[in-house]
Amino acid sequence: MTNPNIPLATTSSVTLVTPPPGADAKTGATAAPPKMSAQGLDFYYDKYHALKNVSLDIAERKVTALIGPSGCGKSTLLRIFNRIYSIYPRLEAKGKVLLDGDNILDPKYPLNRLRSKVGMVFQKPVPFPMSIYDNVAYAIRHYEKLSKADMDVRVEEALRQGALWDEVKAKLNQSALGLSGGQQQRLCIARAVALKPEVILLDEPTSALDPIATGKIEQLVEELKERYTIAIVTHNMQQASRVSDYTAFMYLGELIEFGDTTTIFENPTKKMTEDYITGRYG
Amino acid sequence: MAASAESLAIAKTDEQRARRDGFADRTFRRIVASAGIFVLITLAGVALTTLWGGREAFATFGFKFLVSSEWDTVGKQFGALAPVYGTLVTAAIALLIAVPISFGIALYLTEIAPNWLRTPVGSAIELLAGIPSIIYGMWGLFVFVPIMGRYVIPWLNDHVGNWPIIGALFRGPPLGLGMLTAGIVLAIMVIPFISSVMREVFLTVPTRLKESAYALGSTTWEVAWDIVLPYTRTAVIGGVFLGLGRALGETMAVTFVLGNVHRLSLSLLEPGNSIAATIANEFAEADSEIFRSSLIALAFLLFVVTFIVLAIAKLMLRQMEKREGKA
Repeated sequence: MTNPNIPLATTSSVTLVTPPPGADAKTGATAAPPKMSAQGLDFYYDKYHALKNVSLDIAERKVTALIGPSGCGKSTLLRIFNRIYSIYPRLEAKGKVLLDGDNILDPKYPLNRLRSKVGMVFQKPVPFPMSIYDNVAYAIRHYEKLSKADMDVRVEEALRQGALWDEVKAKLNQSALGLSGGQQQRLCIARAVALKPEVILLDEPTSALDPIATGKIEQLVEELKERYTIAIVTHNMQQASRVSDYTAFMYLGELIEFGDTTTIFENPTKKMTEDYITGRYG
Repeated sequence: MAASAESLAIAKTDEQRARRDGFADRTFRRIVASAGIFVLITLAGVALTTLWGGREAFATFGFKFLVSSEWDTVGKQFGALAPVYGTLVTAAIALLIAVPISFGIALYLTEIAPNWLRTPVGSAIELLAGIPSIIYGMWGLFVFVPIMGRYVIPWLNDHVGNWPIIGALFRGPPLGLGMLTAGIVLAIMVIPFISSVMREVFLTVPTRLKESAYALGSTTWEVAWDIVLPYTRTAVIGGVFLGLGRALGETMAVTFVLGNVHRLSLSLLEPGNSIAATIANEFAEADSEIFRSSLIALAFLLFVVTFIVLAIAKLMLRQMEKREGKA
């Protein structure tokens, strides 16, 4: 799988094609600090070293895409951002992940607050076995006690943001399992935004969908980034170039190259990045 | 020419093959169908035989057989109310105790326990399910009944017996034998059944479903209650009713610890009787035709009770599904 002509990059040699968001601070520019920031992050599946000293900034209200071949650690990285990995035993993250400057890997950081600030949408649509309305309300009820009327408003708002309202408004009390795959995935996005999070993590959100449903999700991502910070893992290079502002290319647990999407796709510094993007391996 | 002869030969073998396959397939279908029908025949057979055997009791006592708790073997007056009541009450106690514990066992084994512990505990449950009921009966009589009589019942009398309303359930003599004791022993016996069904169906809940719920900030309890349980509801209720069926029909263990007294009493600490225990205890002594017929009629009632309970369960399940707009 490894091309012998490609020198394996070490993390210290990560090239920042363009200063990532936040780095501007040093140059005195007025750019906002990054919303999330991984700093010297290592991750272990028991003894397997899955992420090696990864440092990466996620810019506020931008879309950051994580790309790379299977097993490169991009999903692992995403799953650290809301500590979802911690429901399994023997997984361990070392280093720091800052959310608005607070280290979320600190065991003292309340999981509840983290999960309400950082929402996640998974690879396959996963509606809960309940009605469409309850799928969204379920999420909200975890954090807020609302009257029926207020809840109705919130559910509608979330479904509108998920670009699903018009399709389901007549059947809110029907089981969510009856929706099509694309609708189910938008329901999951609506469920995530219902909590009014600040960051949304998308883990290959379209890999189980047909092209039309995929198009709708991509359009939705475009709309959502006006309010939310988005990190998306994708196998689909075109998708990354279409929807993202920044792209990180990962390989074998290391961050190889990170910069703004146009540069990464049109003028990458590393030969490895170029080879992957042009489809020579991966 | 040669080619056409060859294709003719192929056509011929094809035809033979098709005929042979058709025959084999038809035979196979019939065999499988008869295996399926065997269930219905057995069921109908049991129902009809017990109904026929109990016809004398039904004819003699009529409706009174159902509502009378009299059981006079000398005066030859028989009524089924006490054993039916005992059967339902002990089974209800058993489920009340067994369902939450089984849920806990299954949840622990599928969500919380470390991997190395899951298999041994899982096998231990299956071993428990394999213990013959006579062993539970002996354990109940020699170990559990004295404990109940010496410690638990006096404590219940002192502490719960004076509560309003439910206090009446927990007042009684410290015999040790009784419906509460039988219910607890039954609970221990049905826990392996219910928990192993629950464990198996909990394993079928997709990881991504649970992860999505955790990602919304759910706790383990919320994931279990709001996601795992609704997702597996049909199978879980099936497992509970498997246990209930066993609790209703369990004979030996109950016979040992229930007391075999034909008396209706509100208190759970009083000895009572159940259908299966009555039959087991008294069949050998049934010296008159009407006595024997009454026992067989009891067996028929057990059949009816089980059927009604299962029907209610199905109805409940359908109602639930309707409420969620799935039907």
